[in-house]
Amino acid sequence: MSGVETPVASTTSGHSRRTFIKGVVATGAAVSSSNYLFRASEGLSASERVRSTLPQLVTLSVNGQSRSVDILPQETLAMTLRYKLGLTGTKLGCDRAECGACTVIIDGVTHYSCSVLTKTVRDRAITTIEGLESPDGTLHPVQQAVVDEGGFQCAFCAPGFIMSMVALTNDHSNPTREEAAQALSGNLCRCGDYNKILNSAMRAAEYARRTV
Amino acid sequence: MALIGQDISPPDLVAKVTGRAKYAEDFRAEGMVFAKLLLSPMPHARVRKIDVSRALAMEGVLGILRADEVPQADAPGESALTDEPKYVGEPILAVAAITETIAADAIEAIDIDLEPLPFTIDPLASLAPGGPNARLEGNTLTFGERGRELKSVKWTSSDFESLSEGRLPMGEPTDEWSHGDLDSAFDDADHVVEDTIIHQSLTHHPMEPRSSMAYWDNGKCYLYASTQSTQRAHAGTANQLDLDPSDLVFVGQYCGGGFGSKIAGSPINSITALLAKKIQRPVMLRITRYEENYIGRGRPGFQSWVRMGFRKDGKITAIDLYIIQDHGPYGRSGDYNTAGAITDLMYQPDAMRFRGITIYTNTPPRAAMRGPGGAQIVAMLEPLVDKAARELGIDRLAIRRMNVPDSDSRFGPNRGQLTGAFVREAIDAGADKFGWAEKSQLSGQRNGTKVTGVGIGVSPYVGGSSGFDGLLVIRPDGKLYIHHGIGNLGTHSMADCGRAAADVLGLEWEDCQVIWGDTSQNLPYSSVQAGSQTAHAHTRANHAAGLDLKQKLQEIAAATLGGSANSYRTSRGRVSGPGGSISFAQAAQRAIELGGKYSGEVLPDDINQVTTASATALSGQGVMGVAKDNFSHDGSTYSWVIGFAVVELDVETGDVQIVDYTGSADCGVVLHPRSLGAQIHGGSVQGFGQARSQKWVLDPKWGVPFSHRLYTARPPGILDVPLKMEWAAAGVPDPENPVGIKGIGEPPVGAGSAAVTSAIADALGGKCLCRTPLTTDVILAELQGRQPPHQLTEIHI
Ligand code: FES
Ligand code: FES
Repeated sequence: MSGVETPVASTTSGHSRRTFIKGVVATGAAVSSSNYLFRASEGLSASERVRSTLPQLVTLSVNGQSRSVDILPQETLAMTLRYKLGLTGTKLGCDRAECGACTVIIDGVTHYSCSVLTKTVRDRAITTIEGLESPDGTLHPVQQAVVDEGGFQCAFCAPGFIMSMVALTNDHSNPTREEAAQALSGNLCRCGDYNKILNSAMRAAEYARRTV
Repeated sequence: MALIGQDISPPDLVAKVTGRAKYAEDFRAEGMVFAKLLLSPMPHARVRKIDVSRALAMEGVLGILRADEVPQADAPGESALTDEPKYVGEPILAVAAITETIAADAIEAIDIDLEPLPFTIDPLASLAPGGPNARLEGNTLTFGERGRELKSVKWTSSDFESLSEGRLPMGEPTDEWSHGDLDSAFDDADHVVEDTIIHQSLTHHPMEPRSSMAYWDNGKCYLYASTQSTQRAHAGTANQLDLDPSDLVFVGQYCGGGFGSKIAGSPINSITALLAKKIQRPVMLRITRYEENYIGRGRPGFQSWVRMGFRKDGKITAIDLYIIQDHGPYGRSGDYNTAGAITDLMYQPDAMRFRGITIYTNTPPRAAMRGPGGAQIVAMLEPLVDKAARELGIDRLAIRRMNVPDSDSRFGPNRGQLTGAFVREAIDAGADKFGWAEKSQLSGQRNGTKVTGVGIGVSPYVGGSSGFDGLLVIRPDGKLYIHHGIGNLGTHSMADCGRAAADVLGLEWEDCQVIWGDTSQNLPYSSVQAGSQTAHAHTRANHAAGLDLKQKLQEIAAATLGGSANSYRTSRGRVSGPGGSISFAQAAQRAIELGGKYSGEVLPDDINQVTTASATALSGQGVMGVAKDNFSHDGSTYSWVIGFAVVELDVETGDVQIVDYTGSADCGVVLHPRSLGAQIHGGSVQGFGQARSQKWVLDPKWGVPFSHRLYTARPPGILDVPLKMEWAAAGVPDPENPVGIKGIGEPPVGAGSAAVTSAIADALGGKCLCRTPLTTDVILAELQGRQPPHQLTEIHI
């Protein structure tokens, strides 16, 4: 019974972007556990509610593949990736744009996938940690650099950091340690392994220079 | 070449960098549904009435789990759900539904009537005459003639008069010990420092929230959860669920950080398992960051006072320490007692008195957090030692070298002894690496608006336990299978400890396979992966099992090839001697034929029953090495880290940048250099957060927290730490571990924190603000000569 990947629709009630933000703000004081997901809103009319709760079939470009998936209007990219496309390499550490564990690359730019609505990235190229390896299993230079440095401890932050390192090495062929730190400053590592993470980033830039 | 001491690539690293590593929330099961928790909005309340009918009637809602359906712990224990919540955020009930949104909506549809009860968030408020108790039974736990007792302790108003003189109130303690003659030791002192010191509570906040998934199949529970210690979490959870251990499979292959908050499973895991059982569906309970702040444990805070006596030459003659501990509502946390023992250990005064009391508060539950007790106290006391050194005109490195213990030192209430201590060697190695001679000259230098401060923090902590089991099998494929019940926190010890066995056998790392993280894979009885135990405990256990395995290989070779067993050697996968040689693969095959002890059909009788069960399941598959660690372990094993920091303090903004850091360890033989560096640096960075930014902020009127997320209690980010950090190690073998290794997870936190509190005091010209965290507003108030933004003993601010 275990190990069966079942796409599970996890959100049904509707929200606009505004109520989404409002929901985020309100959770602090409420008697509520609704943190990942959105509550049925009193603010929406019945017809709006019906419209906004209906799943919609969209096509996403993920790791070079075209993937069709039913999404809800308020669904975040992290949830689509993790719960509908089986791409659990992208982690949720906070679900509120605080930690970077969910970092993915969209059209060459890093984004917190916990804070991107899936419906907004339909025509964009999405790359996740699973999309870095070559089909023949060769690790991406950044991944290889991390392995060679023995990078990360618990590694829950690793997929996010690695995506930020990929964006860094794509943009800068020869970053300084300081520039690398700036580029990775949107990611948090609670194990505090920043020294080794920066060593990995510098080695990654070196490998990336060699492969071009 | 021996594997110990080499950098290796841990066997799980490729899975981690490709996203294939599965953490608890990454598992799926067919028909899986979601659960949500209803959390208490009040710091202390009793459920008068709950009406779940509207929620149950909602389409998609599958069931509700209430407190009376989960095992209820005896006071002061904690249950997974409760009808008398004792902190804001405590789970009252759980709802399962086909989607998470429906579960969340159902929570909103529950009508709950709570009767508010008295509460307190400040131990001193509870100790005040007529003050509120956090628990109905009292405000503290004592161990007296009648055993464990919950009591209500109130001090007199005259006890509180010292507040007006700027001193911590110190009424009747519940814990007290001393050694030596305190009065005459203070008489011997040429110089005395004294202060009230506050260390605030903070939350562990591992990167991975404690989500879990569970299902039942044929009466057996399968639980996927995040734990530091797989085998022990399995045993603990089976106990919580009242299950025979064989009816629980616990999968925890990857743990996204715990730092003491996930030692042996979390109470919350049992909700997932029980809800799955109740509704007969697989259940996923995702814990949000917000929930993690509440149920994810925290480090106990201290309100304390110390007086230290120094001779002119810097020798510490006397210490008088009083700690009031902010306990949270449950259990029994010993941080304050440990802090007392550690103070005595690290400063070796001629006489010491420790007094303390722990007070329950309606704040999130506490648990051990990396260096529990030690990490708080060293960060509080080290700046005061600096103050004395400054006033006596003694070098700060010299005063520490003078007072630290050596291998013959005694400490604590029982005058316990150490297995060994090579602290001076570690201080010297660190001072050398850091460049103390030059960098200490930077102290007080002004560059524009910035003043440089230089600090040192000496931090000891327990570095190992013993008496656990090793379980190894060489199969007919010639590979060594190392079974480990410890967890996989990213310390790499689940791989590194196996090297003690490989080294006994002379095997290459490529020929070793580590089995971990899944209790259906036959794991041995193991230490919890906490308190820096594993590197010590499980190199010993694997060394023991390795010797057993080697002996069996020698006997098999002798029986096969002739000659005496002792004349055979093992190396590079072969057993060789006077009669020739056979490969490990052949020996494994022979062991299967021979049976008995060789293949695990006959087992030693001193191993734990958990190991017996696992070894029995593995019997007949090759040649087995299985043994209990019976090596001598005389004295307490302590490891040390000495932190050296340079900070730049901006006198206009109060901002502090840590610009340079070196950590130096006494942790015995270096097991895995790169990983040791990571432990020293990572732990120190956690210490930086403790010294600078992490705390809880609670509303004193309503007991409601304002800081429940990462950004409101922010751990250090990559720009908050030096761009490059260094480390060093004394490298002296621990005399009581046959492979010389001590654990190292705990002490760097205190070292990082103390080096920073000491460096900040140095930048302030020797002024100890005697409080954590030293946030910018606290520093700025001092710089501007304003009243600090808090009262003397105020906490959660
Ligand atoms: S999970 Fe998206 S930023 Fe933390
Ligand atoms: S390695 Fe654990 S959070 Fe980064």
